[in-house]
Amino acid sequence: MDNLNIAGREYTSRLLVGTGKYQDFEQTRLAVEASGAEIVTVAIRRTNIGQDASQPSLLDALPPSKYTYLPNTAGCYTADDAVRTLRLARELLDGHDLVKLEVLGDPKSLYPNVVETIKAAEVLIKEGFKVMVYTSDDPIIAKQLEQMGCVAVMPLASLIGSGMGILNPWNLQIIINEAKVPVIVDAGVGTASDAAIAMELGCAGVLMNTAIAGAQNPVLMASAMNKAVQAGREAFLAGRMPKKIYTASPSSPTSGVIGS
Amino acid sequence: MIEVTINGAAQHFPQPINVAQLVVELNLLGKRIAIERNGDIVPRSQFEAVALVSGDQLEIVVAVGGG
Repeated sequence: MDNLNIAGREYTSRLLVGTGKYQDFEQTRLAVEASGAEIVTVAIRRTNIGQDASQPSLLDALPPSKYTYLPNTAGCYTADDAVRTLRLARELLDGHDLVKLEVLGDPKSLYPNVVETIKAAEVLIKEGFKVMVYTSDDPIIAKQLEQMGCVAVMPLASLIGSGMGILNPWNLQIIINEAKVPVIVDAGVGTASDAAIAMELGCAGVLMNTAIAGAQNPVLMASAMNKAVQAGREAFLAGRMPKKIYTASPSSPTSGVIGS
Repeated sequence: MIEVTINGAAQHFPQPINVAQLVVELNLLGKRIAIERNGDIVPRSQFEAVALVSGDQLEIVVAVGGG
């Protein structure tokens, strides 16, 4: 079986999805189901004091018994805030230690602050967290994060929520070629072909949220992404034909053409 | 009376109160939450044992949709 192995655990789906920006929990549930994802990211936020405790929650729509939760540190701009957020997440999810670390550097671009990210990763790994880390597409930083003990390195394809697709396949290729842990493209995927290209490059998986939630029909796009990730993976495993620049090669026999 | 800050807002309690009582008071019983007090996690098993004192900074969080 061609499974995705993260921190010693096997997953059959190579698509990881976020759970934000959906209309309601029902749409979230349907989209996640259609995506086939087994790992879903969640954010950690202050509770609304005075809210009715019987209100449905995300955990009802996506039971943690069925999905692997990946709590994130979205919105954190310092290593300290990210570490505190994930300590809270671990308590919230009964000791669950697989986490997505992201430390942002700028509210406009949401570009990762790799210096703070490295600081946070150091503390979290020491405290026993299994860190999947969002980072830039800098191959040196990616390698450093791997060597520190991050269980997956997750470079951006382009800015979070931008849907601009894979802007620097060359850097991603360097990261993939050098990595000994799964490389998962996180952020920037806009449509199915972007996900397929990421997988064709040799990524171990793709993580996305807005590409699905922001589609006109999120559930249908989730299904498309499911197939694109599988198609891209199979194409990668199959090994594409070599490109022959400006050199055509007929697919049909050249002899026996009528009238010749 | 004690005054504590919960999720950035000041809250007053006329009587001494522990974390377990606070959870009831805030109508959060049965909700999946996690609590940090002055920068440290308060494990669920410690809710009864931890009494709030004036000046405490509390963060009470839940899991929400996110990417």
